[in-house]
Amino acid sequence: MAKSAQKKARSVTLDATGQYYREMNTEVRELARDGCDEIVLDGINGQRYIADGLVDKVRIVINGVPGNDLGAFMDGPTVIVNDNAQDGVGNTMNSGKIVIRGHAGDVIGYGMRGGKVFVKGNVGYRVGIHMKSYRDQVPIVVAGGRAGDFFGEYMAGGLLVLLGLGEGEGAVAGNYLGTGMHGGTIYVRGEITDHQLGSEVREFPLCDDDIKMLADLLAEFAADVEIDLAGVEPDQFKKLQPFSHRPYGNLYCY
Amino acid sequence: MAFGDQYRTWKVDTSKVPAACGLSGVISEDGNRMSGEIIIESMRVIHDRGNGLGGGFAGYGIYPQNAGHHAMHIMFEDEAGKAACEAMLAEELEVASAEEIPTAPSAAIVNPPLLWRYFALPRGEKVKASGLADDDFMVRLVMKINTTVPGTFVFSSGKNMGVFKAVGFAEDVGEFYRLGEYQAYTWIGHGRFPTNTPGWWGGAHPFNILDWAVVHNGEISSYGINKRYLEMFGYECTLLTDTEVMAYLFDLLIRKHGLPMEIACKVLAAPFWKDIDADEDVEEKELYESLRMVYASALVNGPFAVIVGYSRGMLGLNDRIKLRPLIAATKDDLLYVSSEESAIRQICPKPDRVWAPNAGQPVIGQLKGDV
Repeated sequence: MAKSAQKKARSVTLDATGQYYREMNTEVRELARDGCDEIVLDGINGQRYIADGLVDKVRIVINGVPGNDLGAFMDGPTVIVNDNAQDGVGNTMNSGKIVIRGHAGDVIGYGMRGGKVFVKGNVGYRVGIHMKSYRDQVPIVVAGGRAGDFFGEYMAGGLLVLLGLGEGEGAVAGNYLGTGMHGGTIYVRGEITDHQLGSEVREFPLCDDDIKMLADLLAEFAADVEIDLAGVEPDQFKKLQPFSHRPYGNLYCY
Repeated sequence: MAFGDQYRTWKVDTSKVPAACGLSGVISEDGNRMSGEIIIESMRVIHDRGNGLGGGFAGYGIYPQNAGHHAMHIMFEDEAGKAACEAMLAEELEVASAEEIPTAPSAAIVNPPLLWRYFALPRGEKVKASGLADDDFMVRLVMKINTTVPGTFVFSSGKNMGVFKAVGFAEDVGEFYRLGEYQAYTWIGHGRFPTNTPGWWGGAHPFNILDWAVVHNGEISSYGINKRYLEMFGYECTLLTDTEVMAYLFDLLIRKHGLPMEIACKVLAAPFWKDIDADEDVEEKELYESLRMVYASALVNGPFAVIVGYSRGMLGLNDRIKLRPLIAATKDDLLYVSSEESAIRQICPKPDRVWAPNAGQPVIGQLKGDV
């Protein structure tokens, strides 16, 4: 049967309860390559490397807690997680979208170079570390909750947006915010003290383009993670950027 | 010979393999006992965090019939070591009973040493002659056995608790020791991926002294400083793995020096000077300054996530900048701590609360009453 003749979207549900990640991911890869439009993974708990390196325009729905490195090197798919996620979501991801309808762990968006990662709740430490951008490749990570230390560490490009909603005590982001940052922009909704900031970063005023971009992004985020953002306005965000493009440009020049 | 076979012996070998370990722990604060199956099931999910070069567990409340005696779990290379050790035990302790630790031989666990346990108490006259308290006498005896009896290591010495460890994957080690036949109110587990030190039976986690048992993911770069500091108090590090210092540091700081657990955690994962300087609470600031000065050599540097079991509780603790993962959850009277949320959700599908503890902030579960 010719696959191209199929008009109706094809959705396949797999029960992954207790299945080892290798077999499961092989199955997912084959279904995606086969032109499957949607793959629903039930009974997920801890399986690593889901959607890693996939280049197809497939939608993957995950019911359960996926293991580490979800969507690493991913280049195209849309991944929806109807639960919490662990560490390394979107590691070196190139394009596509990952939506987490719970919280996520450490090093989310590590070295990310395109696409979007949306997390409804809190995120852990070192989120957005080493993110980078090139021309129209602009990676975006949005978290509805709070972030741990080293948010945007060594960031070279892209956008990090932190809404500061939900439970938690103290500051909306941790210490060493933007340490070593030399590109990209961090938007944080909440108080940030100088003590928290990396020495390469400072606050800049929001411009009209920021407001418009944030308004669009927040609407997309709210629809994807299914959250009510009443009371959250673009002008409530602080904009943090590095104030030197090449902070270490003279490091080895005597 | 398959990869790794050369390390699957109980004796020291040299290996240097990169990566991470897996941790999981659960405590019932009401003191309800759970089968060891629960911790095996949890560890099975994070199998890939280990590489089969070490797995182990500690259970608390597992020996109610012998709760008043020290349960000495000892590994012997051969009968000669066993005979020498038993002679030493007979001299120093009243041994109420001795038995081989029950195991289920398995293809996954290769070349085990002789594994025995002894329920014993120190001989009164020996303790008196030593001028030491009972617990200190026991610590000294463990150190003496580990340093002087060839091929013999005490890997568990607490009361009403026990450590079970081997070279192998955690779930295989748990089945080898038949943990499903034990009931504990606290279980901690570890799957090892040795990085800097050999994969051998003594080097598997947990590390124990008296009722302290520590499982660790990370590496302790202050090991040399901590080891020399501990030696001043009579602790001898013999197990060739950095984590050993953690067990002795908890014993020293809490049992010997009487520090509360929260304060001991501020010694091990000391706040940074820049944060102490910015602290507006004068009393807290002075406390942290004092701790850093008095206990400079007990600061544990480098990346770590640890779960510590002790008779009255369970602790989860990260290094000061969270260089290793740690997640916690609660459900009714149960507290869970693990390297990965999936290891918790495997045995607790719908927790009341799940959160990622902040760097250096202890998560503590404590028994509410007697057990």
